[in-house]
Amino acid sequence: MKFLAANSVGKQTVKLNNAPSVIATASIVGPKEGQGPLGQYFDKVLDDDLYGEKSWEKAEAKFFQEAVEKVIVKGHKDKQEINYLLGGDLLNQLISSDFAARQLGIPFFGLYGACSTMSEAMALGAMLVDGGYADNIVCAVSSHFSTAERQYRFPLELGVQRPLTAHWTVTGAGAALVSNQGEGPYITMVTVGKVVDMGIKDSNDMGSAMAPAAADTIMAHFMDTGLTANDYDLIITGDLGRYGKDITDELVKKAGYDISAKHFDCGVEIFSPSQDPHAGGSGCGCSACVLAAYLIPHMWDGTYNSMLFLATGALLSPTSSQQGESVPGIAHAVSIHRTK
Amino acid sequence: MEYVRAFIVGGTICLIGQVLMDTTKLTAARILVLFVTAGVVMAGLGIYEPIVEWGGAGATVPLTGFGYSLGKGAIEEVEKAGLLGAFTGGIKATAGGIAGAVTFGYIMAVLFNPKTKP
Amino acid sequence: MKKKALYAKENYRGQCTAIKQQTINRRKDVDYVDAVKQHQQEEYQQFIKDKIPKPNLLRNAIAAFVVGGLICDVGQFISNFGQNYFNLNKDDTSAFTAIVLVFLGALLTGLGIYDRIGRFAGAGSVVPITGFANSIVSPAMEFKREGYVLGVGAKMFIIAGPVLVYGFSSSVALGILHLLFSR
Repeated sequence: MKFLAANSVGKQTVKLNNAPSVIATASIVGPKEGQGPLGQYFDKVLDDDLYGEKSWEKAEAKFFQEAVEKVIVKGHKDKQEINYLLGGDLLNQLISSDFAARQLGIPFFGLYGACSTMSEAMALGAMLVDGGYADNIVCAVSSHFSTAERQYRFPLELGVQRPLTAHWTVTGAGAALVSNQGEGPYITMVTVGKVVDMGIKDSNDMGSAMAPAAADTIMAHFMDTGLTANDYDLIITGDLGRYGKDITDELVKKAGYDISAKHFDCGVEIFSPSQDPHAGGSGCGCSACVLAAYLIPHMWDGTYNSMLFLATGALLSPTSSQQGESVPGIAHAVSIHRTK
Repeated sequence: MEYVRAFIVGGTICLIGQVLMDTTKLTAARILVLFVTAGVVMAGLGIYEPIVEWGGAGATVPLTGFGYSLGKGAIEEVEKAGLLGAFTGGIKATAGGIAGAVTFGYIMAVLFNPKTKP
Repeated sequence: MKKKALYAKENYRGQCTAIKQQTINRRKDVDYVDAVKQHQQEEYQQFIKDKIPKPNLLRNAIAAFVVGGLICDVGQFISNFGQNYFNLNKDDTSAFTAIVLVFLGALLTGLGIYDRIGRFAGAGSVVPITGFANSIVSPAMEFKREGYVLGVGAKMFIIAGPVLVYGFSSSVALGILHLLFSR
């Protein structure tokens, strides 16, 4: 097959020749995340996840907005200099990001990729900047335990047991400022994932549902680029959780690549097992906060030189799971390097 | 002694519910529906009566007991009032619990706000 | 002229058959792809079977048994209390017990305690009538922000509604069956 696009390096991967730079990141999380192992790295930890608002939905929109404002200030930019805001969240019709964008007044693309939205936003944002359609863009996503729980599952006070495979939605927002100028780290390649469905019907087992999608995108990236796990310091997945992470490693191993030593799953790292998150953290905010607070800053200080960031999403809705549909998964990969 | 019997019977009914939840994909809502309907059926077949005699509150407090009251109420009222009794009997027998649940539910919802789990 | 028309007709027929054959082939391809997909899905589900953690059945069963038993003992106590102090008859006692237990379940839900009991006890606190109260109060509280009519009033029954639907309907059905067969 022939590829006409000048920048494509394979069926699913494009190379960004101008390598846009991530010049600033910001993260805001809820109290439980603040008590987790990565607590010290976040820019702001809320004392109360209602954040002084009347509803959790309002709180989520508020910290989404705050994360965007913070990242613009940290990047020494002005709101006027931001061409586009790319973002999303988990709520129906993206109300958190819509309402935050209403206050911000930055031209806005609303994206839905479930928990994969951060890498979707960064992939599209980097392509916009690389193609010369924008100088500076902000990628931001948020999630909130209490808003997601009532939409996808049960009322908070209902006395039911959570299955061991269930995830804990992260309360938090993460934002990244991508610019055509800056000293890195640089977004060098983007691999867009396909929707993969292996027929998992249990909406409480998102790790198993997303693992094939993550494995598919990782393998597509390796095949398109000719790289292997050895070319990266870290291969980061969003929220596969304890069980999904192992399944992904094995699926990738079947294709002859071994990523287990480099594999870092944000959902596993954000909570300690003593916080009882079961499989791990999830939600758009999970991968975005860990990327913004821990991973990108560790590229600035030189701890890591290269990483493949791959947020994973389970594309289910309450309607689809009530109607007995299986849970499709998706993952997009963004390749980030410290030098061009 | 009646407390021991209530404990054993009530505990066993809940244990059946737990085993069903853990080994099948039945959610809490489905378990509740299943247990109420099972209570009505058992009342009809006359097998729940002896369990209530022996277990006391152990048999009446779980939702199967709620179903049993519904079923027993319907049967008794049919004996008294005929066809109309089939419609009035069950709800008459359980009216207290249902009205209580709705009223207290409303009051609690007005008084309290849900809290995020730690 | 005739020859040309005939030729056109033949050609048209030929095209039709070709399209038909293509459709059949494509359908076969689709069937084949579906079959492969289904096989992959089955293989994957088999593959993950032992990688997914199983609930600890023994621990959960014991917790459900003990908590369920204790809630029933509370019910027994309330029932005895009603009988001894208020001299209630049998039917009134069961209504009294139900109302008090429902009140306790609703109060504990409002205070944010019942969901913790539920996390420990599972079915042990779902199956008793206090669990029914919990299933009414928790959505009512949760959806208060959507208003008192369509929030509290309507959402109150998202879990309890089905219980009433199936409970009421089956009791009516039982009454009718009793009328038909037991007289």
